[in-house]
Amino acid sequence: MVKHFICFSVLKSSWDQVFIAFWQRYPNPYSNHVLTEDIIFREVTPDNRLISRRLLTKTSRVPRWAEQYLPAHMSCSAYIIEDSIVEPRSQHMTTVTWNISHARVMSVEERCVYRVNLENSSWTEIKREAWISSSLYGLSRAIQEFGLARFKSSVTKTVKGFEYVLAKMQGETPTRTLAETAKEAKEKARETALAATEKAKDLASKAQKKQYV
Amino acid sequence: MNSVGEECTELKRDYDMCFNRWFAEKFLKGDRSGDPCTEVFKKYQLCVQKAIKDKDIPIDGVEFMGPNKEKTDR
Repeated sequence: MVKHFICFSVLKSSWDQVFIAFWQRYPNPYSNHVLTEDIIFREVTPDNRLISRRLLTKTSRVPRWAEQYLPAHMSCSAYIIEDSIVEPRSQHMTTVTWNISHARVMSVEERCVYRVNLENSSWTEIKREAWISSSLYGLSRAIQEFGLARFKSSVTKTVKGFEYVLAKMQGETPTRTLAETAKEAKEKARETALAATEKAKDLASKAQKKQYV
Repeated sequence: MNSVGEECTELKRDYDMCFNRWFAEKFLKGDRSGDPCTEVFKKYQLCVQKAIKDKDIPIDGVEFMGPNKEKTDR
Protein backbone atom coordinates (compact mmCIF):
# COMPACT_ATOMS: atom_id res chain seq x y z
CA MET A 1 0.00 0.00 0.00
CA VAL A 2 1.20 3.45 -0.89
CA LYS A 3 -0.30 6.71 0.37
CA HIS A 4 -0.79 9.24 -2.37
CA PHE A 5 -1.11 12.97 -1.78
CA ILE A 6 -1.65 15.84 -4.19
CA CYS A 7 -1.85 19.61 -3.73
CA PHE A 8 -1.43 22.89 -5.58
CA SER A 9 0.33 26.07 -4.45
CA VAL A 10 0.71 29.46 -6.10
CA LEU A 11 3.73 31.73 -5.76
CA LYS A 12 3.08 35.37 -6.57
CA SER A 13 6.23 35.70 -8.65
CA SER A 14 6.99 35.10 -12.30
CA TRP A 15 8.25 31.70 -13.49
CA ASP A 16 11.83 32.92 -14.11
CA GLN A 17 12.09 34.47 -10.62
CA VAL A 18 10.80 31.22 -9.10
CA PHE A 19 13.28 29.11 -11.09
CA ILE A 20 16.15 31.38 -10.00
CA ALA A 21 14.99 31.21 -6.36
CA PHE A 22 14.76 27.42 -6.58
CA TRP A 23 18.58 27.19 -6.64
CA GLN A 24 18.99 29.74 -3.86
CA ARG A 25 16.33 28.67 -1.41
CA TYR A 26 18.63 27.23 1.26
CA PRO A 27 19.16 28.39 3.89
CA ASN A 28 15.96 30.19 4.86
CA PRO A 29 14.24 30.59 8.26
CA TYR A 30 11.99 27.60 7.54
CA SER A 31 14.73 25.19 6.46
CA ASN A 32 16.55 24.45 9.72
CA HIS A 33 16.21 20.73 8.99
CA VAL A 34 18.37 21.04 5.85
CA LEU A 35 21.99 20.50 6.88
CA THR A 36 23.91 20.26 3.60
CA GLU A 37 23.23 20.82 -0.09
CA ASP A 38 25.31 19.79 -3.11
CA ILE A 39 24.99 19.61 -6.85
CA ILE A 40 26.36 16.21 -7.84
CA PHE A 41 25.41 16.15 -11.52
CA ARG A 42 24.58 18.85 -14.02
CA GLU A 43 24.24 19.04 -17.79
CA VAL A 44 22.58 21.14 -20.47
CA THR A 45 20.95 18.92 -23.11
CA PRO A 46 21.14 19.72 -26.86
CA ASP A 47 17.52 20.92 -26.72
CA ASN A 48 18.46 23.41 -23.97
CA ARG A 49 17.07 21.73 -20.88
CA LEU A 50 19.03 21.90 -17.65
CA ILE A 51 19.32 18.57 -15.90
CA SER A 52 20.58 18.53 -12.31
CA ARG A 53 20.88 16.21 -9.35
CA ARG A 54 21.09 17.73 -5.90
CA LEU A 55 22.10 15.79 -2.77
CA LEU A 56 20.67 17.05 0.51
CA THR A 57 21.23 16.01 4.11
CA LYS A 58 18.25 16.58 6.36
CA THR A 59 17.62 15.81 10.00
CA SER A 60 15.17 12.95 10.23
CA ARG A 61 12.82 13.11 13.13
CA VAL A 62 11.33 9.81 14.24
CA PRO A 63 8.06 9.68 16.19
CA ARG A 64 8.57 8.83 19.86
CA TRP A 65 6.40 5.68 19.64
CA ALA A 66 8.52 4.27 16.80
CA GLU A 67 11.92 4.95 18.35
CA GLN A 68 12.05 1.63 20.19
CA TYR A 69 11.61 -0.35 16.95
CA LEU A 70 14.23 1.46 14.92
CA PRO A 71 18.02 1.45 14.86
CA ALA A 72 19.55 4.20 16.97
CA HIS A 73 21.26 5.99 14.08
CA MET A 74 17.88 6.77 12.50
CA SER A 75 17.40 9.73 14.74
CA CYS A 76 20.38 11.50 13.13
CA SER A 77 20.11 12.44 9.48
CA ALA A 78 18.93 11.22 6.10
CA TYR A 79 20.23 11.64 2.56
CA ILE A 80 17.81 12.95 -0.01
CA ILE A 81 18.18 13.10 -3.79
CA GLU A 82 16.42 15.76 -5.83
CA ASP A 83 16.52 15.46 -9.62
CA SER A 84 15.25 18.27 -11.78
CA ILE A 85 14.65 19.34 -15.36
CA VAL A 86 14.35 23.05 -16.21
CA GLU A 87 12.85 23.86 -19.61
CA PRO A 88 13.04 27.59 -20.30
CA ARG A 89 11.30 27.29 -23.65
CA SER A 90 8.09 25.81 -22.25
CA GLN A 91 8.64 27.60 -18.90
CA HIS A 92 8.33 24.31 -17.03
CA MET A 93 10.36 22.84 -14.23
CA THR A 94 9.91 19.28 -12.96
CA THR A 95 11.52 17.96 -9.79
CA VAL A 96 11.54 14.52 -8.21
CA THR A 97 12.77 14.16 -4.64
CA TRP A 98 13.16 11.02 -2.53
CA ASN A 99 15.10 9.63 0.41
CA ILE A 100 17.91 7.17 -0.15
CA SER A 101 18.43 6.55 3.58
CA HIS A 102 16.07 4.45 5.70
CA ALA A 103 13.95 3.78 2.61
CA ARG A 104 12.72 0.42 3.93
CA VAL A 105 11.34 2.08 7.05
CA MET A 106 9.72 4.89 5.12
CA SER A 107 10.03 6.03 1.54
CA VAL A 108 8.75 9.44 0.51
CA GLU A 109 8.82 10.39 -3.14
CA GLU A 110 7.69 13.83 -4.18
CA ARG A 111 7.11 15.09 -7.70
CA CYS A 112 6.57 18.77 -8.44
CA VAL A 113 5.73 20.54 -11.67
CA TYR A 114 6.25 24.31 -11.74
CA ARG A 115 4.62 26.35 -14.48
CA VAL A 116 3.02 29.69 -15.32
CA ASN A 117 -0.32 30.17 -13.56
CA LEU A 118 -3.14 30.16 -16.12
CA GLU A 119 -5.19 32.84 -14.39
CA ASN A 120 -2.31 35.22 -13.78
CA SER A 121 0.70 34.86 -16.03
CA SER A 122 2.96 36.79 -13.62
CA TRP A 123 2.41 34.07 -11.01
CA THR A 124 3.73 30.51 -10.84
CA GLU A 125 1.85 27.41 -9.80
CA ILE A 126 3.23 24.24 -8.31
CA LYS A 127 1.52 20.90 -8.63
CA ARG A 128 2.88 18.70 -5.88
CA GLU A 129 2.37 14.95 -5.58
CA ALA A 130 3.78 12.56 -3.04
CA TRP A 131 3.87 8.82 -2.59
CA ILE A 132 4.58 7.51 0.90
CA SER A 133 5.24 3.87 1.64
CA SER A 134 6.76 1.65 4.29
CA SER A 135 7.75 -1.98 4.22
CA LEU A 136 8.27 -2.29 7.93
CA TYR A 137 6.30 -5.36 9.00
CA GLY A 138 3.38 -4.57 11.28
CA LEU A 139 4.09 -0.85 11.45
CA SER A 140 3.79 0.19 7.84
CA ARG A 141 0.32 1.68 8.14
CA ALA A 142 1.18 3.76 11.23
CA ILE A 143 4.42 4.94 9.65
CA GLN A 144 2.64 5.94 6.44
CA GLU A 145 0.13 7.98 8.44
CA PHE A 146 2.96 9.68 10.28
CA GLY A 147 4.82 10.29 7.03
CA LEU A 148 1.77 11.81 5.39
CA ALA A 149 1.12 14.16 8.32
CA ARG A 150 4.73 15.22 8.36
CA PHE A 151 4.78 15.71 4.61
CA LYS A 152 1.72 17.98 4.77
CA SER A 153 3.29 20.19 7.41
CA SER A 154 6.57 20.32 5.49
CA VAL A 155 4.76 21.60 2.37
CA THR A 156 3.66 24.68 4.30
CA LYS A 157 7.24 25.31 5.40
CA THR A 158 8.61 24.77 1.90
CA VAL A 159 6.21 27.33 0.43
CA LYS A 160 6.97 29.85 3.19
CA GLY A 161 10.70 29.37 2.66
CA PHE A 162 10.26 29.91 -1.08
CA GLU A 163 8.26 33.11 -0.50
CA TYR A 164 10.92 34.36 1.90
CA VAL A 165 13.74 33.81 -0.60
CA LEU A 166 11.71 35.40 -3.42
CA ALA A 167 11.00 38.49 -1.33
CA LYS A 168 14.67 38.77 -0.41
CA MET A 169 15.70 38.44 -4.07
CA GLN A 170 13.28 41.18 -5.04
CA GLY A 171 14.80 43.48 -2.46
CA GLU A 172 11.87 43.51 -0.06
CA THR A 173 12.24 42.87 3.62
CA PRO A 174 10.63 39.46 3.91
CA THR A 175 7.43 39.75 5.86
CA ARG A 176 6.98 37.38 8.69
CA THR A 177 3.40 37.10 9.81
CA LEU A 178 2.26 38.89 12.95
CA ALA A 179 1.37 35.56 14.53
CA GLU A 180 4.91 34.31 14.02
CA THR A 181 6.45 37.43 15.52
CA ALA A 182 4.06 37.21 18.45
CA LYS A 183 4.91 33.55 18.99
CA GLU A 184 8.61 34.34 19.01
CA ALA A 185 8.11 37.18 21.51
CA LYS A 186 6.10 34.86 23.73
CA GLU A 187 8.82 32.21 23.66
CA LYS A 188 11.47 34.78 24.45
CA ALA A 189 9.41 36.09 27.36
CA ARG A 190 9.02 32.55 28.68
CA GLU A 191 12.77 32.00 28.46
CA THR A 192 13.47 35.27 30.28
CA ALA A 193 10.97 34.34 32.98
CA LEU A 194 12.58 30.91 33.37
CA ALA A 195 16.03 32.45 33.62
CA ALA A 196 14.76 34.92 36.22
CA THR A 197 13.22 32.11 38.29
CA GLU A 198 16.49 30.17 38.15
CA LYS A 199 18.42 33.23 39.20
CA ALA A 200 16.03 33.93 42.08
CA LYS A 201 16.35 30.31 43.26
CA ASP A 202 20.11 30.59 43.05
CA LEU A 203 20.15 33.82 45.06
CA ALA A 204 17.75 32.40 47.63
CA SER A 205 19.87 29.30 48.17
CA LYS A 206 22.98 31.45 48.47
CA ALA A 207 21.23 33.68 51.01
CA GLN A 208 20.11 30.62 52.92
CA LYS A 209 23.66 29.23 52.99
CA LYS A 210 24.91 32.57 54.28
CA GLN A 211 22.39 32.42 57.11
CA TYR A 212 23.76 29.08 58.21
CA VAL A 213 27.40 30.21 58.20
CA MET B 1 24.68 26.43 2.45
CA ASN B 2 27.30 23.89 3.50
CA SER B 3 28.55 21.02 1.39
CA VAL B 4 28.33 17.42 2.63
CA GLY B 5 32.14 17.49 2.57
CA GLU B 6 33.20 20.30 4.90
CA GLU B 7 36.35 20.84 2.84
CA CYS B 8 34.22 21.47 -0.29
CA THR B 9 32.05 24.28 1.06
CA GLU B 10 34.32 27.04 -0.20
CA LEU B 11 34.44 25.54 -3.73
CA LYS B 12 30.69 25.02 -3.66
CA ARG B 13 30.10 28.70 -2.84
CA ASP B 14 32.31 29.78 -5.75
CA TYR B 15 30.45 27.46 -8.06
CA ASP B 16 26.99 28.49 -6.80
CA MET B 17 27.80 32.14 -7.38
CA CYS B 18 28.97 31.45 -10.94
CA PHE B 19 26.01 29.19 -11.68
CA ASN B 20 23.33 31.52 -10.32
CA ARG B 21 24.56 34.36 -12.50
CA TRP B 22 24.80 32.17 -15.61
CA PHE B 23 21.35 30.63 -14.95
CA ALA B 24 19.60 34.00 -14.57
CA GLU B 25 21.45 36.02 -17.18
CA LYS B 26 22.12 33.45 -19.90
CA PHE B 27 20.37 30.10 -19.60
CA LEU B 28 16.83 31.30 -18.87
CA LYS B 29 17.11 33.84 -21.68
CA GLY B 30 18.06 31.13 -24.17
CA ASP B 31 21.63 32.41 -24.58
CA ARG B 32 23.77 29.36 -25.38
CA SER B 33 27.14 31.11 -25.57
CA GLY B 34 29.25 28.74 -23.50
CA ASP B 35 29.20 27.94 -19.80
CA PRO B 36 31.69 30.04 -17.79
CA CYS B 37 31.45 27.74 -14.75
CA THR B 38 32.93 24.55 -16.22
CA GLU B 39 36.32 24.85 -14.52
CA VAL B 40 35.05 25.67 -11.06
CA PHE B 41 32.40 22.93 -11.39
CA LYS B 42 35.12 20.35 -12.14
CA LYS B 43 37.09 21.35 -9.06
CA TYR B 44 34.00 21.27 -6.87
CA GLN B 45 32.98 17.83 -8.24
CA LEU B 46 36.42 16.33 -7.53
CA CYS B 47 36.01 17.41 -3.94
CA VAL B 48 32.38 16.47 -3.37
CA GLN B 49 32.54 13.09 -5.17
CA LYS B 50 35.45 12.12 -2.91
CA ALA B 51 33.47 13.18 0.18
CA ILE B 52 30.50 11.05 -1.00
CA LYS B 53 32.78 8.04 -1.42
CA ASP B 54 34.44 8.57 1.98
CA LYS B 55 31.06 8.81 3.69
CA ASP B 56 29.62 5.80 1.82
CA ILE B 57 26.58 7.70 0.60
CA PRO B 58 24.71 5.25 -1.65
CA ILE B 59 24.16 7.26 -4.83
CA ASP B 60 25.60 4.76 -7.33
CA GLY B 61 23.18 3.39 -9.89
CA VAL B 62 20.30 5.59 -8.79
CA GLU B 63 18.26 6.28 -11.89
CA PHE B 64 17.58 9.83 -13.03
CA MET B 65 14.15 11.21 -12.05
CA GLY B 66 13.44 8.69 -9.38
CA PRO B 67 13.17 5.14 -8.25
CA ASN B 68 9.76 4.74 -9.92
CA LYS B 69 10.32 6.18 -13.30
CA GLU B 70 7.12 4.86 -14.85
CA LYS B 71 5.18 6.92 -12.31
CA THR B 72 6.94 10.14 -13.26
CA ASP B 73 6.29 9.58 -16.95
CA ARG B 74 2.55 9.75 -16.50
